Amino acid sequence: MAKGPWSILGAAVPSQEPEAIQRRYRNSFLALAAIFGPLAVIVIGIQLKYGDISLVYQKVFESLTALGLKKGLPIWVPAAVALLIPCVLIATLFHAAPLVLVWWEQKIAAHVQIRMGPMRVGRFHGILQTVADGIKLLLKEDIVPAGADKWVHLLAPVVVVVPAYVAYAPLTFGRGLVGTDLDTGTLFVMAVSGLSTIGLLMAGWGSNNKYSALGGLRAAAQVVSYEIPRVISLLPVVMWAGTLSLSGIAQAQEGLWAGFLPRWFIFYPFVGQVAYLIFLICTVAETNRVPFDIAEAESELVSGFNTEYSGMKFALFFMAEYAYVFLGAAVGTALFFGGGAAPWRFLNFIPSYVWFFGKTCAQVFFIILFRWTYPRMRVDRLMEFCWKFLLPWSLVNVAVAGALILWRMR
Amino acid sequence: MTADLKSPAGIMNAPADSLVSGPSFETRMEKISDHEMLLNMGPQHPSTHGVLRVVLKVNGEVVLGAVPDVGYLHRGVEKLAENRNYQQFIILTDRDDYLCAMMNNWGYCLAVERLMKVEVPQRAEYIRVIVGELNRIASHLVFIGTFGIDMGAFTPFLYAFGREREIVLDLYEKLCGARITYNYVRIGGVSHDLAEGWIDQAKKFVAHMKGCLKEYDDLLSYNPIFMDRTKGVGVLTREKALSYGVAGPNLRASGVASDLRKLDPYGIYSKFEFDIPTGERGDCFDRYMVRRNEIEQSCRILEQALENVPSGDILGKVAKFNLRPPAGESYSQVEGARGWLGYYIVSDGGVAPYRLHVRAPSFINLAVLQEILKGWKVADVVAILGSIDIVLGEVDR
Repeated sequence: MAKGPWSILGAAVPSQEPEAIQRRYRNSFLALAAIFGPLAVIVIGIQLKYGDISLVYQKVFESLTALGLKKGLPIWVPAAVALLIPCVLIATLFHAAPLVLVWWEQKIAAHVQIRMGPMRVGRFHGILQTVADGIKLLLKEDIVPAGADKWVHLLAPVVVVVPAYVAYAPLTFGRGLVGTDLDTGTLFVMAVSGLSTIGLLMAGWGSNNKYSALGGLRAAAQVVSYEIPRVISLLPVVMWAGTLSLSGIAQAQEGLWAGFLPRWFIFYPFVGQVAYLIFLICTVAETNRVPFDIAEAESELVSGFNTEYSGMKFALFFMAEYAYVFLGAAVGTALFFGGGAAPWRFLNFIPSYVWFFGKTCAQVFFIILFRWTYPRMRVDRLMEFCWKFLLPWSLVNVAVAGALILWRMR
Repeated sequence: MTADLKSPAGIMNAPADSLVSGPSFETRMEKISDHEMLLNMGPQHPSTHGVLRVVLKVNGEVVLGAVPDVGYLHRGVEKLAENRNYQQFIILTDRDDYLCAMMNNWGYCLAVERLMKVEVPQRAEYIRVIVGELNRIASHLVFIGTFGIDMGAFTPFLYAFGREREIVLDLYEKLCGARITYNYVRIGGVSHDLAEGWIDQAKKFVAHMKGCLKEYDDLLSYNPIFMDRTKGVGVLTREKALSYGVAGPNLRASGVASDLRKLDPYGIYSKFEFDIPTGERGDCFDRYMVRRNEIEQSCRILEQALENVPSGDILGKVAKFNLRPPAGESYSQVEGARGWLGYYIVSDGGVAPYRLHVRAPSFINLAVLQEILKGWKVADVVAILGSIDIVLGEVDR
């Protein structure tokens, strides 16, 4: 207790008895172990006994379908269910990811800033804080400012969120775990996630607020600019793998380089690292987060494009931001970190989706960490950085990648 | 309605309600050309540091003109002084610049002491220097934290404001029971003696504070984005600073080594060894660095003062009630955290000042804002305003 700068003024009086705190932590740890221990055993057991979860799902689904058809089930029912199940799973993930990420961000921020963060709701380290916040936002009054363009104001959050939903469709969450395995997956994700800009612009315009308008314009300029180096930074991966499909690219990265290094594109000499760096920077910029959060820019534009939003509409913007953070990290995992593949063969007993989420969360951690360590860039310097630095280097990267690939093909 | 926003004089000549009230504000919107707009920053805005209102004329992101509008926190402190006796006014000086209230107490008491020619005991003088320099550190810590927030960096605030400044406030709490408004420095001395062990704790804090500066440097001062946002932004030239009467760290950042503690050593400042940090270009970065370096120098002064606190009385021989200074006038200046803090008192021999005037450094420093904002981006407005480091309690009084 009596450590750190506060101890200058003598030992602090703890609010709770140390034994009570320790007991509480022990109980929490035991509860977590009771939940996650059996879960891990089941997950690894299934993986070892039956193979990938997608194969298990397929087997179960086929046998159930055969049984149903024998009993006289209409043929369209299994087809509909086959469509519905991935949709429901992706929608659940889409809603669950922000809940977890917001809590996680609060905790990371707190620990960076020598605080505790949420500690009360849900008994264990405020684990239910985001749920409580979500309920609060749901119950809040929905305020439409006087003079606002009502329909534009209403539709803006929808236009922001829907592309985020759609962009999750071709993501490969592990071996065989994919909503719809598009051949143009990479292109699709990039194109659809760019659509959200329209929503930000609508929010800025529809609010009848000068700060919102400035924020919306900033967002549009920024996202459109950063889209270009972001897409170009992905070209080397596509050239190397020879496919645009996310699962195809993940498959191309299976194996080892030089006998010990995982065959992930991030380890491709020079090109891989430069491409990933540009991609990571652009992802942070695309999601409007510090140091590129000029569209929200709390200290300048109050809250930018979402200044005039409250309640669930605001929550939708919030959700979209975290959904995009997760999406960006997931695309990074698929393209640069071998998707759901284990780095080495002996680690294959851990299921591919665990690898996928692990790698994704590691990137999300860095994206969150940026926010709590960097100041914000200025709008014109931001554009300069994009057009004069990132874009030329991403083009150079493509040229070098092309030369390397040609040279290796000979 | 026809006032020209480009010149400050134009604003002065405009009808009183043309900028303030609602409808005419709308009308003004029509007067400006199609690609320009008026952006009303404040009084409710996250980074105007209180209830300052700045009306900006912008073309997209570029600021064409700026008019600060003050007075939202006006309480008539100077007028209130005329209805209170001399001791009662000390408590109001706390509310002027609430980030370094000790300096205000001190500046006012100095003026009354000069008027009455009171001798202050040596121990009290040392205690005043100690609490004053601690308060300068606390005030600059708030600056570092809030300037970081203006730049979009949230974490330095929690370090400077939430950790180091908290220790200073705890020290004050042990000293006089208050954390923000101390009412500690009294006419002729100070109100409470140092508690037992207080000096050791203060020494520990000084040692800790010197280590923390390195942390701020790593986190904020030499961050490339931070330097990019502040270097060369909002340049206040030496000539302009002097002609506007800017004082304190803002003037020193423009390259003028002016510090009342050296120029006109009040109290016992002539006994201490310290440097005056100055800047070269007078941009936001220099204004930041001058304050950061001043924390270092304050630590030096504190180290010397804490070693040599003599024993003795803490309050000179002054009447407790109905203080009646002789008729006359006096002016005192102290080097506050924001510049020259002056108190001008006219006495007619009665129990209350006949007239009192405060030379509030924040108010005078703020005047330069409308000149140096022009041509910068909206984001820079926040940076420049933050770097001037105003306290609205002092601006509006």
